[in-house]
Amino acid sequence: MLPLAFTWSDFFQQVVFGLAIGAVYASLALAIVLIYRTTHVVNFAQGEMATFTTYIAWTLTANHGWSFWPAFFATIVIAFGLGAATERVIIRPFERGDPLTLILVTIALFVIFNGLIQWIWGPEQKVFLGAFTPKPFDIGGVAISRQDVGVIVVTLITVTVLWLFFRFTKLGLAMRAAAIAPVASRLMGVRVGWMYAAGWGFAASLGAVSGMMVAPVVSLSPSMLQSVLVYAFAAAVLGGIESPVGAVVGGLLLGLATTLLGAYVSFIGVDLELPVAFSVLILVLLFRPAGLLGRQVLRRV
Amino acid sequence: MAPLLELRGVQARYGPIVALHDVSITVGEGEVVALLGANGAGKTTTLRAISGLVSTTGEVVYAGSQVRRATPERLARLGLAHVPEGRGLFPELTVWENLRMGAYVRRDRRGVKTDLDRAVEHFPWIRERRHQHAATLSGGEQQMLAVARALVARPRLLMLDEPSLGLAPLVTQEVFRVVHELNEQEGLTVLVVEQNAQIALTVSHRAYVLEVGRVAVEGSSAELREHEGVRRSYLGY
Repeated sequence: MLPLAFTWSDFFQQVVFGLAIGAVYASLALAIVLIYRTTHVVNFAQGEMATFTTYIAWTLTANHGWSFWPAFFATIVIAFGLGAATERVIIRPFERGDPLTLILVTIALFVIFNGLIQWIWGPEQKVFLGAFTPKPFDIGGVAISRQDVGVIVVTLITVTVLWLFFRFTKLGLAMRAAAIAPVASRLMGVRVGWMYAAGWGFAASLGAVSGMMVAPVVSLSPSMLQSVLVYAFAAAVLGGIESPVGAVVGGLLLGLATTLLGAYVSFIGVDLELPVAFSVLILVLLFRPAGLLGRQVLRRV
Repeated sequence: MAPLLELRGVQARYGPIVALHDVSITVGEGEVVALLGANGAGKTTTLRAISGLVSTTGEVVYAGSQVRRATPERLARLGLAHVPEGRGLFPELTVWENLRMGAYVRRDRRGVKTDLDRAVEHFPWIRERRHQHAATLSGGEQQMLAVARALVARPRLLMLDEPSLGLAPLVTQEVFRVVHELNEQEGLTVLVVEQNAQIALTVSHRAYVLEVGRVAVEGSSAELREHEGVRRSYLGY
């Protein structure tokens, strides 16, 4: 690959592209963090669950003639139900079990959802029409992809809504309380099991958003989110596995860094993006083991 | 009148270890009742048995209904507020968020607002520290926040587990002063577990002394202050 001659217009395009990719990593990373915080489970099936729900959106649009946005919101609701049901039925019996057992359970979920997708929809790629036309904006001579901007905006709105929910609603507060101190929450009257289910529900909804954002770009296939999931895990760990803000920042940074490295450092190119990104991740963790925004130890003042 | 809370022949065990052999106590509406005893006598387990955190045999009757098999969530809805051992605060939530959690089971927004304001009246320091994480409070403030949070639930029965633990004597007095005031002014019913028999017997109307999972002595607090055995073992004179 020949290194490109540097132009600012190209640079801005790369930045927007990197942020769009990063936004997808960020929402999936946030989903991982949400589940980790509420139930202390590392959910390896996060990507496959998201792909599964994206296929539901595809069925609604391609087979039932829905337009994108109604299908988008319906899928978010369906995903919530799917996530909550998964927690209640499959995770709950292992809730107090060995963490290793739980890891195995989520790997099993990964395989199950992937198998279900192939069984229901077949292994071949499908064209998923998004809400945004590929026609670019023209901002001062720089062509910015509408698709990329759309992904960034949708992700930011989703993350903000979620933040407002956790910060200002009674249910959001109870979910945080249940994650911190389940027994004390029960004494306050909180049905902790349902809070866990809701945590999985929100995570699945977030995953659905990232799936529906990425599908128009890479086209829908059963393995669509598998490499994205690796980046999302990296983003979650980079940000600090318990920090929602960290997950979002980590995702955006990772998207931006890999894109710019791939575009401007000639010897890296596309092939080495992932190894370089992970080397950086390991370096960061060497110096900040809790991640960039990992939990600080609270001290009395 | 039937008591608000009655335990008859309650047994509880943690696996093979029997923590309560046979506990029978009553708490009447408007009373402050103290549960005294040494470490491991079963005081904390008695509270946990009442709020459904440990399974028990025997009878637990609260507000006229059998609640032995009821969950803590359900009992909270029936107006039971339990400030557990270690206070049960949410360290990473702010003071104000902790307080709001107390009102989780309530549906009357306006009443909740009044009670939040009232909590701040009882503990004025809450106002300026409400955005602070609960973990950053001193031990005494944490205990008072836990009590304030329980009050926001507007409970029929308040259960306190060793409110004096780890507190300076003056702070302990402050906590008990508030308990006394709430009982006098608002008729709040309280069941308090305490190692500090001295202060517990000053504030309570009646008391039970537990020894190895059984009620060893019971009576009015005035009687117990004069009781030979209680004086020697728990009051130290």
